[in-house]
Amino acid sequence: MGECMCQEVGVLIFPCSGGSDVGELSDRVARKMAKCGQAKMFCLAGIGAYVTGMIESAKAANKIIAIDGCQVLCSKKILEHAGFSPISFNLKDLGFEKGKTQVNDENIERAATKISGGKVEEIANRNSGGCCGN
Amino acid sequence: MQIEILGVGCPKCKQLTANAEAAVKELNIQAEIGKVTDIDKITEYGVMMTPALAVDGMVVSAGKVLSKDEIKKIISK
Repeated sequence: MGECMCQEVGVLIFPCSGGSDVGELSDRVARKMAKCGQAKMFCLAGIGAYVTGMIESAKAANKIIAIDGCQVLCSKKILEHAGFSPISFNLKDLGFEKGKTQVNDENIERAATKISGGKVEEIANRNSGGCCGN
Repeated sequence: MQIEILGVGCPKCKQLTANAEAAVKELNIQAEIGKVTDIDKITEYGVMMTPALAVDGMVVSAGKVLSKDEIKKIISK
């Protein structure tokens, strides 16, 4: 028997991963949070493509988080279109302006802290040992 | 009808298999129940959580052990 995939899925995070600076930031923040064990990163494209295996896997999540770079809110809308009710974060609301944001370690850290220090905090504390600091 | 149980073979997968077999038997329908245990093949379905159930190639459930009655509802549609 190989490695079992039946453990609790916990929190899934879906960044918009858009083409702009804030889109890239959403992706990098999600990867950081996944690396730190605060959530599992999942493929928004698979949800948009309505890959049934991904849809059904996402249904098993305790919570679903959407991180969008801008007010178009593609991640939130894709998830809602598939029938989910994500906890939504818009990086614009967190102080990151489209076209004026550098994707660097400082901003990744700032955005991750704002997200995990807000609505995610309780979930993150319940599901992980906190941030790895990397 | 092709029913597939996706999972590496843990007790949850076995329970889902048993429930699917019982559902097919009670409905008295022609269905082939197969197992997909290879992780690469499971992920090809997009499944990240097992056990999962696929009917005629479509994943209808993942990350939970459906009861016999739940499976009966799905395959009766």
